[in-house]
Amino acid sequence: MIPAETRYARASDLDHALELLAEPDAKAIAGGQSLIPVMKLRIARPSLVVDISRLDLRGASEREGELHIGPLTTWDELIGAELLRRPALAALGECARGIGDLQVRNLGTIGGSVIHADPASDMPAVLLALDARLRLRSPDGERELGVADALVGPFTTALGPQELVTDIVIPVPAPGSGSAYASVEHPASGFALAGAAAFVTPEDETVAVTGVGATPFVLAGDLADAEIFGDSFAPAEYRRELARVVADRALSAARERAREDR
Amino acid sequence: MPEAVTLLVNGEERSLEVEGRTLLVHALRDGLLLTGAHIGCDTSQCGACTVLLDGRAVKSCTVLAHQAEGREVTTIEGLAQDGELHPIQRAFVEHHGLQCGFCTPGVILTAADLLSRGRSPSDEEIRHALRGNLCRCTGYQGIVESIRAVGAAS
Repeated sequence: MIPAETRYARASDLDHALELLAEPDAKAIAGGQSLIPVMKLRIARPSLVVDISRLDLRGASEREGELHIGPLTTWDELIGAELLRRPALAALGECARGIGDLQVRNLGTIGGSVIHADPASDMPAVLLALDARLRLRSPDGERELGVADALVGPFTTALGPQELVTDIVIPVPAPGSGSAYASVEHPASGFALAGAAAFVTPEDETVAVTGVGATPFVLAGDLADAEIFGDSFAPAEYRRELARVVADRALSAARERAREDR
Repeated sequence: MPEAVTLLVNGEERSLEVEGRTLLVHALRDGLLLTGAHIGCDTSQCGACTVLLDGRAVKSCTVLAHQAEGREVTTIEGLAQDGELHPIQRAFVEHHGLQCGFCTPGVILTAADLLSRGRSPSDEEIRHALRGNLCRCTGYQGIVESIRAVGAAS
């Protein structure tokens, strides 16, 4: 299928991108692996697509106790990143390896995926568990939002129309930490019916789940009390049970990894 | 309003006029008459349109033609060199890696990406890499054997 008519502009730098996004129905495109499919279905009909994919916002680095992941880092680059091999950060690569397929991982970006805000998207659970923040930039300046504050509902974020993610910031885990991601996928779409990321430090254990609610969320207390979404593929009670299973799997793997981490 | 885009297709610089919404697969098929990239679905799922973009497998139905400006695109037409089939193509002949052939160009280009990563992949890795390529004839066994044979020989 062919997308509805649109114009195309390639942003030369961040300021140029923000300027182009001033057009009311403009939409930023990075890897396009979420946006182009919905443009083909004509669910999205931007008047202008602003190509930000060549901006210098990719790769992982560590500075002053924080890990920085450029939002334009593709899944494939994330899987290959040496810096993320540590058992404490293993959930990132583990999660990325299961996303989409090889072709999608070659183009799809972590920032684009997170901000697409699909309620069954895998990576937001990992970012929530690792306490990641999104650094944002708009013509009004810079600000930071925790992932939980950025994702406000299905396909809905707290970002303004002229606001872009410029960095994903994760506190460097203490030695002896471990993380893991586990999911049960819908067999056709590959999206999570229930997914869970666990992050275990010497002091604390955090589990975040995805695919089971309006947005991914950090588990506080018992899953029995959580508001769980259901549909014809998987009713709420089944999803709740799946969430329990994947949370247990992720937690045991993360504890195991914490013992290997230094 | 159509605008010019220049791509490096199978080693040759090719310019054509495309709209903002034109997908790479349509630019290749309708603009450059390279019909080896097939359109098997409307939903970015089947992988029949897979080509290499700067050496990496992508679904050409899920890339805007403008996004490929100045980049290297390799289609199935560009694999054989001097009339000699590419080793992956030869392996598909030898190991019965295709039946109807519709998905084959996409499968072979995905395999080319996988095999370019510098090690002999296990069957599990081959099947994981093929997840984005649907084949309705072979049950994948012949495809996996073909790719395994190339990996083992390199």
